[in-house]
Amino acid sequence: MAGLDQTTDKRGTDEFIKGLWRENPVFVQVLGMCPVLAVTNTAMNALAMGLATMFVLVMSNIVISSLRSFIPKQVRIATYILVIATFVTVTDYVIAAISLDLHKALGAFISLIVVNCLILGRAEAFASKNTVGKSIMDGLGMGVGFVFALLCLGAVREIFGSGSLFGVELFHERFQDWVMMVLPAGGFFTLAGWLLLFNWMKERKARARSLEEEAA
Amino acid sequence: MTGDPLWSIFLNACLINNFVLAYFLGICPFLGVSGKMETATRMGGAVMFVMLVSSTCAYWINVLLLAIDAPYLKLISFIAVIASTVQLVEMFIKKVSPTLFRQLGIFLPLITTNCAILGLALFQTNKGYSFVQSIFYALGAGVGFTLALILMAGLREKLELAAVPDVVKGTALTLMLAGLLSIAFMGFAGLGG
Repeated sequence: MAGLDQTTDKRGTDEFIKGLWRENPVFVQVLGMCPVLAVTNTAMNALAMGLATMFVLVMSNIVISSLRSFIPKQVRIATYILVIATFVTVTDYVIAAISLDLHKALGAFISLIVVNCLILGRAEAFASKNTVGKSIMDGLGMGVGFVFALLCLGAVREIFGSGSLFGVELFHERFQDWVMMVLPAGGFFTLAGWLLLFNWMKERKARARSLEEEAA
Repeated sequence: MTGDPLWSIFLNACLINNFVLAYFLGICPFLGVSGKMETATRMGGAVMFVMLVSSTCAYWINVLLLAIDAPYLKLISFIAVIASTVQLVEMFIKKVSPTLFRQLGIFLPLITTNCAILGLALFQTNKGYSFVQSIFYALGAGVGFTLALILMAGLREKLELAAVPDVVKGTALTLMLAGLLSIAFMGFAGLGG
């Protein structure tokens, strides 16, 4: 349990930063793939989806970590899911109230935040074992990491797929849209591309380090 | 939408709008269990069964919720039904075939968080399908999910022997394969219209 003790010793800012990069939920942990691929055909949708997920993540982390000594171990997963489902219902109605167009574009995927493994995963692995303050930081960090990843995908797919970013035209009107990028297949390819980039960077770093060690 | 013939609903859920490759539902088990043909087939079977049961339940729950005028409870009651169905299936498989139970391992309880199942329940209510239509929709989605899983497992078993650069190995390769499969499935778009 050495790893767990380590996490509890860390300060709040560390909990925040680890979600951003080192343990990024999408690129490193490959969690919550369904919304990542389904709603990232424009940067705007990606941003909205990311923020909605972040809200649910932070709120459910708060509730679960403050109730962590009351929840019986046997029914914990069911309890987590009920808590998450409540916040998702709230989010669903709030988005419908703010912008009906956005609600239509995201469709059933707002409701599907309930089954996002990222949220349940953080509840089980972090919020059920740590204080409320740390859980908030963890939720925020993971949430921002998730938004960042969604934006990476959404931006690439929108730039190539419709030649714009956040609805602003980027190219000359003779630019041929890569229709493939907006279609489902484009989602798979873009995510694969980002993962390749990160793998390549990791490998290059590891190689540089081993070279340094050899030199020393 | 309500007047769709049954065969068109089935084909639509199974091929044209395949749950995995067009709607991106159930990607986690799709990436996780598609390593071996045998587990893929069994996982497909389990998911298909849970889909049928939960779609039936979801239909009646929706009728009930509309009757008492409480649609905001939809999500919570759907997920509760799915969780208990999965629990039931788990107990059943454990009793009937302990070997299969061990092979499926962690992925059996994870069906609860499989978006394909909740997605199915939500889509059928959004589309306003009747009871029989819902069942055909669930069947089509189940067959489509199993088909995608089996195709993927076949490809990945072949790729075990191929020489692939280290950087590409793992999730990135699987995602690229899924993208190619997704393009292939787009060819079905002309089928039912």
